[in-house]
Amino acid sequence: MSFLTKVFIYPVNSLILADLVERFGHKPLTMMNQVREKVTNISLDSPPVNITPEDPKIGLRYAAVEVPAGVRGRMALIGPLIEEAEAAIIVENPPANFGCVGCNRTNELMKYLVRDKGVPVLEVKYPESNDDAHDFVNKIAAFLGSLPKEKPEEDEKLTEEDPAEKEAEK
Amino acid sequence: MAETEKEEITKYIVISSEKVLPSDAAMKIYESEFPITVKETCFGLVVTGPKEDILSVVEEIRQLDKNHIFVKDRGYPAGDKRRCRASRGGGPRPGFHFLREEVEMLPAIGAALDELEAKESVKEERKEKGRLKVSDLEKIIEEELAR
Repeated sequence: MSFLTKVFIYPVNSLILADLVERFGHKPLTMMNQVREKVTNISLDSPPVNITPEDPKIGLRYAAVEVPAGVRGRMALIGPLIEEAEAAIIVENPPANFGCVGCNRTNELMKYLVRDKGVPVLEVKYPESNDDAHDFVNKIAAFLGSLPKEKPEEDEKLTEEDPAEKEAEK
Repeated sequence: MAETEKEEITKYIVISSEKVLPSDAAMKIYESEFPITVKETCFGLVVTGPKEDILSVVEEIRQLDKNHIFVKDRGYPAGDKRRCRASRGGGPRPGFHFLREEVEMLPAIGAALDELEAKESVKEERKEKGRLKVSDLEKIIEEELAR
């Protein structure tokens, strides 16, 4: 299966969004994949010792030290996803934000960073009725259909060549 | 050297279909003989196993009723002690609340996908037709007159 564009979704653990993005042939950037890396890595144990010394440093890239630790902890997982994103779908007023996505300050920061990144962003309201659901699906389908179908090959080659060049320079 | 372990992934298969039950989907997986772990739940299935096997199984299950079966990744493997209710003393699993909210909306999303698919097939048919042939026009007129 070849995915086309990496699409950041908000809420980051949404079943509907992750499925729709994958259904229309793109790659959803989800929290679950980040969590998988943390919980299936043999060198990490169960909570609360499931972070490495590197994680707080990653969090500090997005939020200052006086910001609550929870925001930085979440951004350590979500921030790299935003950096990878080539497009984004943001759903306003999702019905419930629990657990890993339960921090409103993180959500505000996350949405700000996505909008600031300059990638194509679709903002839709969470559907509450059948009619809303039709609009919701149609908008998302149209947005995903409008995303580029093929990545420019030159960019990929450049990114591949970079590490080798650096090593050679050393 | 021992072979490097294959990457294992876990996926939720959420079934909101009138034709397919979670047990049907589970049976389909057992029949497929892939070396994967299947856990049946109230909303569908949790499947864990090697990445390639999981992707092909998920695609197979999705084809049972593609607009009403939804799939997403899961971080923890099926039955992981850190998340399994059996070892945590009951209560909903963290992350279940949001899933439950979304599951309520799935019938409407499925219907919307059905409609979208129907619209696309109508569009394709129209594209294929192009100009109306004289013979086809004659048939239509004859049918209309025969009424």
